Amino acid sequence: MTGGPPAPVRAADGDGGSFGASLRRAARAYPTLLRVGLSEVVAYRAEFIVWILTTNMPFVMLAIWHAVSTEGSVGRFGSTDFVAYYLGGWVIRLLTSTWLVWELSMEIRGGTLSTRLLRPLHPLYALSAQHLAALPMRALVVTPVVAALIAAAGDRLAIRDPRLLAVFLVSLVGAWLLIFFTMVLLGSLAFFLESSIGVFELWLALHSILSGYLVPLDLLPRWVARIARVSPFDSMLAFPLETLVGLRDLRAALGSLAMQWMYIGLMALLGLAVWRRGVRRYVAFGG
Amino acid sequence: MSYACGVVEVSALSKTYRVHRRPPGVWAALRSVFRRHTEPVQAVADLSFHIAAGERVGFLGPNGAGKTTTLKILAGLLHPTAGTVRVAGFVPFERSPAFLKQITLVMGQKQQLLWDLPPSETYAMNRAIYEVPKADAEATVRELSALLEVGDLIHKPTRQLSLGERMKCELIAALLHKPRVLFLDEPTIGLDVSMQAKMREFIRAYNAQYGASVLLTSHYMDDVTALCPRVIVIDHGRLIYDGDLKALVRRVRPDKRLTFRLSAPVERAALERLAPVVSHADGQAVLTVAPERLNTTVQAALSTLPIVDLSVEDPPLEEVMRELFRGAVAPASGPAPQTGDAA
Repeated sequence: MTGGPPAPVRAADGDGGSFGASLRRAARAYPTLLRVGLSEVVAYRAEFIVWILTTNMPFVMLAIWHAVSTEGSVGRFGSTDFVAYYLGGWVIRLLTSTWLVWELSMEIRGGTLSTRLLRPLHPLYALSAQHLAALPMRALVVTPVVAALIAAAGDRLAIRDPRLLAVFLVSLVGAWLLIFFTMVLLGSLAFFLESSIGVFELWLALHSILSGYLVPLDLLPRWVARIARVSPFDSMLAFPLETLVGLRDLRAALGSLAMQWMYIGLMALLGLAVWRRGVRRYVAFGG
Repeated sequence: MSYACGVVEVSALSKTYRVHRRPPGVWAALRSVFRRHTEPVQAVADLSFHIAAGERVGFLGPNGAGKTTTLKILAGLLHPTAGTVRVAGFVPFERSPAFLKQITLVMGQKQQLLWDLPPSETYAMNRAIYEVPKADAEATVRELSALLEVGDLIHKPTRQLSLGERMKCELIAALLHKPRVLFLDEPTIGLDVSMQAKMREFIRAYNAQYGASVLLTSHYMDDVTALCPRVIVIDHGRLIYDGDLKALVRRVRPDKRLTFRLSAPVERAALERLAPVVSHADGQAVLTVAPERLNTTVQAALSTLPIVDLSVEDPPLEEVMRELFRGAVAPASGPAPQTGDAA
């Protein structure tokens, strides 16, 4: 072997764990992590296609509501509105959802999280890169649906107002972050509970109703819709979706944006707190 | 590269897990929904030792002795319940990036290679995460690949590699950042004999080249005999021996193994007249002889038996360990080795 070992670095040398330092380290590693992540997504393309096929619920709901609306509008929704709503909802969900909760739960319970914890980069940076790396493949899949959406309901979409479009794009990033940190929180429950996936399934049921995934919030009983609109579920789907399809004006969208980023901050703090406490309890099974 | 006392310093380390216990049966299952009964299980108890820079130390004990728990604490994966641990000057459980860049933990039963991608992709990822300059990382991969005779395997998807090939590629991933402290937990598990030998050679070469400290657990005593001049033995989480491997063998099983190859059949009784017989089959006999009777026994054997070959060895380490853990020999500590003894 040639070449010497790196000079020893002691704690005092300050290759430390400050947030700024860890962010800079992550920024340097991120391009490679994204590239490797994309290679993984390509390697798992069959699973990816199967997963896409399982996200068909908006199309089922679209078929139902479209049939209902042929006999007349339902609230504010005509048949074209339903097309715009469910196609838009499918696109946003595909771009913002993650499978992190399954991964974390499995790694914590199986002890394979150890590999991530042994690396000098916070596991959540690597996991976020891995999930962001899936976006190009997802974007490829949603492109024809976006084209169909524009063709069917282009006149209703936020793209005609650059300010609304900007709010929509920021809300899309926000929805991804909020869902990511929520999954960190739910996945980290595996440090404490054997049935953390059960909690996730409960969350999923609430999300399906309160985010507008199954039924537009406008069509829910008024008191349910009122709760939904102030819950974090609104920020995950209903807010970007209703902004996209023109159901929220600029003023309402800006209010929702503020609420969304407040929830992101809250969920990030909560998720990281549970993660930190969880890592202290981690038993690193196996090996 | 000098640390005040040692690269690894462990003092009065204890680790207790709380384990959920439930008797079998439906009623017990229902009761556990409302009232979970947990019991403390002490995995490591009041353990102290230190390891100097460049030392190779075997970490031995029966299953469940606390070896892997200790390694996980040293690598920063687990928080100790009590006691202090410092590795390369760091408190491991704080898992500071500077600390993680100086260590590696190889677990034979866990892998870090990305399953559906070639090992080269894991190396690229580790290079970015450990911030190893590209040229250095490429040189290291080339060197380690040559030492382990990996060839082009690093460009084949991991899932298509055999266990031995995978372990070699795992080692490269674990050493890409040239760690100074190697925690190796059963690194040769499941490998065939020649692959085990290759791994040992490699670990020895890395230790010699980089002056890295090695703490190794293995159920293959050949690994320990070949690599570790010093051993730390624990049982039920407690230290029962820390010192020179040969001294341990002498202390626990002072007798020698006298092995003859015979040119003609010999009655067992003729062998038993010389010393207790360990085995006698296929033209070979093995006797166990007290060291002070070795000379006279060898002379007597040479004059009375048709011997074509003869060797004198220590008893196998497996037997020594079995006897130690059976409690046949009182726990004892050997003299602490001097720094550099093992390098």
